[in-house]
Amino acid sequence: MTEITLDVNGKTATLDLPDNTLLIHALRDHLRLTGAHMGCDTSQCGACTVHVDGEAVKSCAMLAVQADGCSVTTIEGLAKDGEPLHPMQQAFHDNHGLQCGFCTPGMVLAGIDIARRFGKLDPATVRDQLEGNLCRCTGYQNIVASIIEGASKMEGQS
Amino acid sequence: MNIAATGVKFGQSVKRQEDGRFLRGKGKYVDDMILPGQLYAAFVRSPMAHARITGLDLDGPAGMPGVRRILTGQELVDAGLPALPCGWAITSRDGEPMKVGVRNALAVDRVRYVGEPIALVVAETQAQARDAAEAVMVDYEDLPASVDVLDATADSATLIHDEIAGNCAFDWELGDEAAADVAFADAAHRIALTLRNNRLVPNAIEPRAINAQWDAGSEELTVYMTHQNPIGMRMFYAAAFGLASEHKLRMVSPDVGGGFGSKAHNYPEEVAVTFASKLVEGPVKWTADRSEAFLTDAHGRDHLTDVELALDSEGRFLGLRADTQANVGAYLSSSGSLVPTYMYATMLSGQYAIPAIHARVRAIYSNTCPVDAYRGAGRPEASYVIERIVDVAARELGIDPAEIRRRNFIREFPYQTPVVYEYDSGDYEKTLDAALELADYPGFAARKAESEARGKLRGIGVAAYVEACGIGPSGKLAKLGGGAGMWESAEVRVHPVGTVEVLTGAHSHGQGHATTFAQVVSDRFGVPMENISVIQGDTARIQAGTGTYGSRASVGMSATLRACNQIIEKGKKIATHLMEVDYDAVEFDDGIFSSKDSNVTIAFAEMAFAAHAASGFPTDEIEPGLVATSFFDPPEFTYPAGVYVCEVEIDPDTGTVEVASFCAADDFGNVANPMIVEGQVHGGVTQGIGQALWENALYDPDTGQLMSASFMDYGMPRAGGVPDYQLVFSGTPSPSNPLGMKGCGEAGAIGSPPAIINAVCNALGVRHVDMPATPEKIWRLCQQKEAN
Repeated sequence: MTEITLDVNGKTATLDLPDNTLLIHALRDHLRLTGAHMGCDTSQCGACTVHVDGEAVKSCAMLAVQADGCSVTTIEGLAKDGEPLHPMQQAFHDNHGLQCGFCTPGMVLAGIDIARRFGKLDPATVRDQLEGNLCRCTGYQNIVASIIEGASKMEGQS
Repeated sequence: MNIAATGVKFGQSVKRQEDGRFLRGKGKYVDDMILPGQLYAAFVRSPMAHARITGLDLDGPAGMPGVRRILTGQELVDAGLPALPCGWAITSRDGEPMKVGVRNALAVDRVRYVGEPIALVVAETQAQARDAAEAVMVDYEDLPASVDVLDATADSATLIHDEIAGNCAFDWELGDEAAADVAFADAAHRIALTLRNNRLVPNAIEPRAINAQWDAGSEELTVYMTHQNPIGMRMFYAAAFGLASEHKLRMVSPDVGGGFGSKAHNYPEEVAVTFASKLVEGPVKWTADRSEAFLTDAHGRDHLTDVELALDSEGRFLGLRADTQANVGAYLSSSGSLVPTYMYATMLSGQYAIPAIHARVRAIYSNTCPVDAYRGAGRPEASYVIERIVDVAARELGIDPAEIRRRNFIREFPYQTPVVYEYDSGDYEKTLDAALELADYPGFAARKAESEARGKLRGIGVAAYVEACGIGPSGKLAKLGGGAGMWESAEVRVHPVGTVEVLTGAHSHGQGHATTFAQVVSDRFGVPMENISVIQGDTARIQAGTGTYGSRASVGMSATLRACNQIIEKGKKIATHLMEVDYDAVEFDDGIFSSKDSNVTIAFAEMAFAAHAASGFPTDEIEPGLVATSFFDPPEFTYPAGVYVCEVEIDPDTGTVEVASFCAADDFGNVANPMIVEGQVHGGVTQGIGQALWENALYDPDTGQLMSASFMDYGMPRAGGVPDYQLVFSGTPSPSNPLGMKGCGEAGAIGSPPAIINAVCNALGVRHVDMPATPEKIWRLCQQKEAN
């Protein structure tokens, strides 16, 4: 067991966990933040994507102890309950960028990461950068449109 | 949490009501739930494709930390748990009923596919359950395995079920064989082709999951399961397995992370977990990992077909013969007999007037995961057969592929095909023209030349599909072997303040029912969307229903409309008293009851209150309250149809196929919400492109191991592999339901595989390429072409 302290969505969390606990399980099972999902065993699908110190990370491919001292943002941390959606979340709503919703948290957080790294986006860049996120419902077209629009709105805000 | 919307109509692109919780990470999927006293299950699975179980050592694992119970197949048999049923009875050509291999929830003395569950461990943590499951020692006596229909039907093949000769579940036919033979005897041209429809893994991104809780005191069983048809599952669990009385069994399917058919079936693991939950103190949860999903979620497709088309000298179709061997896997899954028969052979007429059709289908057992409905379920297989043979015929007769289709289109509706279905409506030439225009068909030669200048091979492919959706009517289906009613129910509850709940037996797992069903109500009542809730998936709230599959939301939405109409009828009756006018003089429009004979108008919300206040009308004549229920049994199937035109560009040096453009013209009848319908087509087409170019559930013929059993090995479509799609809808309303809808969920996956392969063949100048058209396969063809 190892005790770790991390900042999750702006709140300090101290957890005493078995050493082999993955970050996704620390978030889902211990902190009960179930927005990040487990879709595969091979860090291919990206449904578990969160931000660690501001960068997109597959939380199924990182031990919780590796995140000790880090700042973690999950989908729940983007917009507080009752407050307006983050521009990327809003863009997914406006462009019908989600269907079953299971891959969506990972897609939104990956989208924000892409927007931060590239600024203004074109479809080819978004499609290339989404290599690590699988969606079985949407055929990606509206996800790509959502991320482009979300990035543009994020630019306008900063 | 919902996002506000107001004043909407059926047919309007209203943004989705359900998005908010998903975007905020507040969706509620089964694995998100941890119940008090939660226990966890893990399965011991067969690593062998075919073997006898000669020993099972549970002593060590039973004493491992946290282990509460280990359950074996023999215990389930001893407890009287029945085998899993196959829901559709098929009769062979010789009159024999289909041969069903016994499928127990846990294997007893023999395993027949890699991943088949043998034992179930329940422990206090998931890790403990998995550790103990890995420690279970199973002794096997290896048996020869067959993974392909040709191997399984060879004289030397080992029987997979000892009592089933030739590994053949049934040898079935449809259509008039003698008439087809005459058509072929008279034909000017006969075109033949052998093709495979590759096996697919559904791969909903949310894996299967269940959490089952037994209350020994009240004898109530609560099962949370990610499923497309929770109400149907309650009936199965009660009536078929006796796990609890139906009235004491609550089945809940909350948010479901994609289904595509794979979550419509009755699986052994979920039955075993539910049974185990009654033996231990505490709820039992199991969530499949992706490896388990690959190995055990019912696969799709896997047909080997010889098809022949007879044509006259003008290129008109005279007859079609298809001989299909369908690989059903080690056992017949829930709809494993239905999919390759009535879901497949009935669609072999395509969009064409073909006077004589005969289909023979042999269902063959193999040492592979059972095969069942996957997006399209039989209809993609039929569409692929007919659209490939028509394309080969066009090429060999020197007729333009669009022209040969146009020449043979059905033009008058209703149209009775030689294979059961009576197509209700359509305008096939209109959708063809729309697709050709969208694709700039005449401009292809210039684009091909431009590609060639860059050293690339460009091809164009056309495919015209038709499918059957809105499954019903129940009576007709029963005559074909179906056992369950195919209606859908809706209960519309109007609260005293005028807000509305719609309780539906349909189940949305991405299709957006919370929006589209509410649109029906909003349009009919004039109530804003934010005042309407669509409730689904919990048998404690919805008593009757058949779930969602086969693009059949039109059935549930029609039931909803009918219930709304009953509410309005009742409102009118109440209005006669409040307005003191005759019933025939009451009108309801835009949310207002009014009459030319009165100055009094009553808004919908005022009527809701009046119906509950029950003081302004005689309650011995009109009962108080404002609730209505409807069960809609559709009079006929619906027949969505369309034409897809795509272009591919092939790099002959690498064999890579790029989808350069994809244009879809679909006739879905009236559509509830074009934005949502477009999303359905995007997803369906992408799955179809995946099948045509990358996806393949490949079993090793020697060992029976699934070689493509992870996202590292299986070619899932990714964002970078597919283009932006261009869509156009041309709706001819269906007469088979009051909303004129046809259904849109599967079309994309049905029409796109032949469109892609037709384009690939066109680019390479070859007669046929089996799916998936992987770079290796295409590169070899390019090399051969160069060598010749």
